[in-house]
Amino acid sequence: MRSLAQAFSVAKKDLAIELRTKESLNAAGAFAVVILLLFSFAFDPDANATRELGGGLLWLVFAFAGALVFNRSFARELPNECLDTLLSSAISGASLLLGKALANLALLIAVELVSIVVFGIFYNVRWWLRPFELAAVCVLATWGIAIVGAVFGALTVNLRLRELMLPVIIYPLLIPLLIAAIEITNALFSNQPLSAYELLWGRVLAVFDIVFTVLAMALAETILVN
Amino acid sequence: MPRAIELEQLWKFYGDYAALRDLTLHIAEGSCCALLGRNGAGKTTLLRILAGLSPYQRGVVRVFGLSPRSEKARRQVGFLGHGIGVYEDLSAGENLNFFARIAGLPAPRAVAAAWLERVGLARVASMPVRQFSRGMRQRLALARTFLHSPNILLLDEPFTALDDRAIAMLSELLTEARARGATLVLSTHQIREALAIASHVALIENGRLRYTGERTAEMLDDPALLYRLHTELGAA
Repeated sequence: MRSLAQAFSVAKKDLAIELRTKESLNAAGAFAVVILLLFSFAFDPDANATRELGGGLLWLVFAFAGALVFNRSFARELPNECLDTLLSSAISGASLLLGKALANLALLIAVELVSIVVFGIFYNVRWWLRPFELAAVCVLATWGIAIVGAVFGALTVNLRLRELMLPVIIYPLLIPLLIAAIEITNALFSNQPLSAYELLWGRVLAVFDIVFTVLAMALAETILVN
Repeated sequence: MPRAIELEQLWKFYGDYAALRDLTLHIAEGSCCALLGRNGAGKTTLLRILAGLSPYQRGVVRVFGLSPRSEKARRQVGFLGHGIGVYEDLSAGENLNFFARIAGLPAPRAVAAAWLERVGLARVASMPVRQFSRGMRQRLALARTFLHSPNILLLDEPFTALDDRAIAMLSELLTEARARGATLVLSTHQIREALAIASHVALIENGRLRYTGERTAEMLDDPALLYRLHTELGAA
């Protein structure tokens, strides 16, 4: 319980700072909207093309926007040596990573909400037809992206080229998660009932989340101190 | 006296460079140890190892008999490094409230408010730290370090760049901490200030412990004495 309370304190602190500075939200939100706009002008997609490409476009935009969020996640701990202060305090590495991932999740979900509305307008997609399934896919897939982003944000925080290194490292890892999210999202945009094929991808999402969350918690101390 | 800190044959390398070499040092509970030494001697490295921030390659490090990375040990440690360790975009109150929550204190808001009053920042509790003067930041950093009444205080150059008010406040806080039995380890170049409050001294040169023992009256009279007697540069 104490560890969870510490994680929520870290997430709350990060979100409070972000709401004041809006560094990640402005960058990630603007990036997502601009990419969606540019693609809509570049391809002028019809209904079929949107159904086939919509999920892929959205999740790639979310993944790229995520990198902008993750780069700031641990970087905001560097001024005044706040990261050292946290690491020498009573908080466990697992709580710190969990808190960071929760804040990443909240920020990415905010970016996704804006992006999906923009996507609906410019691509003429009725995304609200299956809201609960879409919300479930978004939360499951975004948690996977957020926890991977938190881990590698911590690993790359002291690198000079962290803005470059972080995406290079995390995108290959996110491939199974992105494929799963894209497949299910495409089916939802087609407004068809989810088949066994999509449900299998749903399981992939769940397993990805569990495996990476457990790994992150188990290796948190090593990741943060070394 | 039981030992608060035990270092046995400690070696720390940065690449091939040995920052600490075969260092053995014991610090008794309730004592105040001044870590002395020139720039690059290894004082900061030693403090970072004790705070659980830096891994070491060889030797044994125990804080109250525990690994410095253990949560139980860290809960008893207050660390003030070169940075003030507070967030610029949060207010003073939010900063202290956050660190009080992290420390698991039962009434974090009340503790934060009491410390803001104590360090003279209650009036500006809701102001973002980025708008603070240097002196105000330093006092906030002191409040953050002492907030959870740690049993071990690790202070890296605590007197450096402090204004008069902050120096007086730090001296008062250190005296109080000693009175309640806390163990103090502080690295410093301000030998006079450090020796005035230290019960013990440890002199480090090039990562090696050159001298350790009680602080004597002779050291107070002649702060450079230790360097002259126990370091190669001093002897030269």
